[in-house]
Amino acid sequence: MTALQHKRTSPIAHLTPADIEQLGKELDALREEILADRGQRDADYIRRVIKVQRGLELGSRAVLLASIFPPAWLLGTLGLSISKILENMEIGHNVLHGQWDWMRDPAIHSTTWEWDNVTPAEAWKHSHNELHHTYTNVIGRDNDLGYAIMRVDEDQEWTPLFLGQPLWNFVNMLIFEYGIAAYDLDLGAYVTKQRTDTDRLKAGAKAVWRKARKQILRDYIVHPLVSGPSALPTLAANVVANVARNVWTHSVIMCGHFPRGVETFTKETLDGETRAEWYLRQMLGSANISGSRLMHIMTGNLSYQIEHHLFPDLPSNRYQEVAPRVQQLFERYGLTYVSGPLPKQVASAWWKIIRLSLPNDFQPGVRRQKASGVTESAAPSGRNPVAV
Amino acid sequence: MAPRVLDGVRTVLAPLARAATTPLLPADYLDLLAPLHPGAHRARVVGVRRETDSAVTVALRPAGRWPGHRAGQHVRVGVEVDGVRCWRSYSLTGPAGLDGTLTITVTGVDDGRVSRHIVERLRVGTVVGLEGPDGDFTLPDPAPAKVLFVTAGSGLTPVMGILRTQLSELPDVVLVHSARTGREVLFADELRAWHAAGRLRLVERHTATSGRLSAADLVELVPDLADRPTWACGPNGLIDTVADLLDQQGRLDQLHTERFRPVLAPVGRGGQVTFGRSGPVVEADGATSLLEAGEASGVLLTSGCRMGICHRCVVPLTEGTVRDLRDGALTSVEQGDPVAVQTCINAAAGPCRVEA
Repeated sequence: MTALQHKRTSPIAHLTPADIEQLGKELDALREEILADRGQRDADYIRRVIKVQRGLELGSRAVLLASIFPPAWLLGTLGLSISKILENMEIGHNVLHGQWDWMRDPAIHSTTWEWDNVTPAEAWKHSHNELHHTYTNVIGRDNDLGYAIMRVDEDQEWTPLFLGQPLWNFVNMLIFEYGIAAYDLDLGAYVTKQRTDTDRLKAGAKAVWRKARKQILRDYIVHPLVSGPSALPTLAANVVANVARNVWTHSVIMCGHFPRGVETFTKETLDGETRAEWYLRQMLGSANISGSRLMHIMTGNLSYQIEHHLFPDLPSNRYQEVAPRVQQLFERYGLTYVSGPLPKQVASAWWKIIRLSLPNDFQPGVRRQKASGVTESAAPSGRNPVAV
Repeated sequence: MAPRVLDGVRTVLAPLARAATTPLLPADYLDLLAPLHPGAHRARVVGVRRETDSAVTVALRPAGRWPGHRAGQHVRVGVEVDGVRCWRSYSLTGPAGLDGTLTITVTGVDDGRVSRHIVERLRVGTVVGLEGPDGDFTLPDPAPAKVLFVTAGSGLTPVMGILRTQLSELPDVVLVHSARTGREVLFADELRAWHAAGRLRLVERHTATSGRLSAADLVELVPDLADRPTWACGPNGLIDTVADLLDQQGRLDQLHTERFRPVLAPVGRGGQVTFGRSGPVVEADGATSLLEAGEASGVLLTSGCRMGICHRCVVPLTEGTVRDLRDGALTSVEQGDPVAVQTCINAAAGPCRVEA
C-alpha cells in the first residue's frame, strides 16, 4: 500500500491496493501481447525511418553545396533540420532505449549506437534510461524535473535564483543539446558542491568534449569548407538546423512532464513501491501531445509520453497502437489521461515555469495542500486534485 | 605512380569522409545506397532450387570478391526471421561458380526457425549476411587413394562440396549415406549418376525401412574399411558409431568428423546471467546456453557454429561459474581475472556475468 491512497484530494484515492495490482496485471498483459506480436513489420518500420532520415540528410547536405542561392539554402536548411530532429527523436532516443535490440542487428542496437548529440550515448543512457525512467517525477530523485536549474513544482523550494528561470529556460532551449550534456554530467550538483567526485566530472567532460569537437568540426568546418563559395550560407544553415532541433526537442520534452495536470511525487513514494505502483506513477506523471501522424513521428512518438513511460522499451511505432487501450484503462480506473495539442501544452509548461519563478505566496488564488504521497497545489475549487 | 596517387587521395579523403559523417561512418551511408558494396559482408540470393520436400539449395552471390574456400568448409549466413537477425553455419555444397556464386543446401528441421524460414520463405533478391569460410572438414593434399565418407541427412552437404570439387582427383570413393527414405536423399540424381558411371560407390541406407546404420553394418558394407581414411558428418549418434568402430580398430587418427550439434552432458542447475555492465539480467536454466539466453533478451552476441567449434562467440566471463553443455566441465572466475568462454556451449551454473 502506498501513501498515495490515503490522500483525500489524491487522484487515486478511489483505488484500493487490489485495484492497483489489477491495473498492473492488465498493463503487463498488454506489454506481453505486443512483445509476442513484434516482428518483421516493426523491423521494416525502423529501417525505413533510418533510410528516410539518412537520405534526407544526404540530400539536404547536397542541396546546401549551392546554398549561396537562397532557395537552395531554404530547402537545405529545412531538410537538415528535419533530418536532425528525426535522428535525435524517432531514431536516436528510441534506439538508445533498446527498443530495437530484439532485432539483434548490430547496426541498430542500443549498445553500439551513437547519435548526433554532444552528450555521449553512454552518459545519456544512464541519466535518462536508468534515472529519469525509474524515478519519474519524484522530487529530489528525478533531475528531469527542471534539470536542477528550474523550479517546476510548488514543492521545490524557492530561491531568488529562480526569478531568472524563464530566461534560463529560454537559453537552455536554444542550446539544449549542451544543456543535456551538462545535465548528464550532473554539472549542477558539482557547482552547488553536492557532488565532489571531480574525477568523474573530468572524465565525463572529456568525453563530451571529444564528441562535441567532432560535431563542431562536421557542421561548422567540414561541410562549409566543402561548399566552397557557399561556405558561409552552409555554416548558417548548420547553425539554424542545430538550433531548430534544440528548440523542437526542448519543447517536446517540456510537454512530457511539465504541463498542467501532471503529478509529482515525494521520495517516500519509492519506499516499497510495487511494479503496479510504478506503472501508476508513470500514468500520473506523464502527458501526451495530440496531433497528426507526422507530428508524432517528429516527436519520436514522445507525444505518446504516457505509453512510452509505461513501456519504455517497446518499439516506438507501437505506442500509437496501444494508446486507445491505455486510454480505456485510464477511464476504467478513473484516472486522468493528460493530453493536448502541442501549442497548448508548450504554453502550459512555459506558464508553469514563469509562474513558479515566483515564490508560492505570490501566486494568487492557490491554496497549498501537502501530503506525503502526491504533492500538489489544489485549485481554488478544492475539487480539482491536479497541479495547476 | 597511379596507385600512389590513389593512395594519397585516399589518405586525404577517408578522414574527411569520416569527419563529414560522424558519429556514423561513411559505410553507413554507403550501405543505404549500395548494400552490396564490395566491403560488405553480404550476399544476394540469386537462386532458390528445391532439392527434396524439405530441402532447398540457395545460390548466393557475395558482395565483394570471394576469397575462395576449400571443399568441405562452411560459411555463416545471416538471415532475418520475423525481424530478428539470425546467423547459422551452412556447408558450401560446391566450388564457387565462374561469377563467384556459392551454393548452400538447407534442410528444414521441425524446431529450426531459421532453416524453416530459408526453406519456406527465402526469395531470390533477398540480401543476407555472409561471413567465412571456416572449417577443417577437408581432404588433405594430396588426397588419399581410398576414401570413405559416412553421412546422414544434411550431413551430406560438406561431402557434396568435396565430391563436386575433387571427385576427379579421387580414384576410389565409397559413400555410405543414410536418409529416412529414398525420396529424402539429397542430390540423389547426381550421386546415383556418379555411381552408375563408376566414379564412386554409393551405398544408400533408408532408415525408415532398414533402421539406423550400425557398426556391424558398416563393416559388412565396406569390407576394406581398414584401408580407408574416413570423413563422417551427421547426427551425433552416427558419428559416435563410426568413432567407436574406428577406435576399436585403433584408427581414430584416420577419422575426420563434423557435427551439427554438440554432444551434451547431463544438465546442471542454471542461474542468473548478467550481460555486460548495464545489460539485462536473465534467469537461465542449466540446459540453455548463454548465447540462447542472451539472444532471447535482445543482447547483441556474436555467434558462429553454435556448437562450440568456431570460437566466434567467445566473450569474457567476469563473475560466477558456467558449465560446458558438452562435458559438464565447470569454468569459474576470480574477481578481476576474467576468462574467455564460448557462449554457445556454456550455460549458467549459478549467478554469473559475461561482458557482452
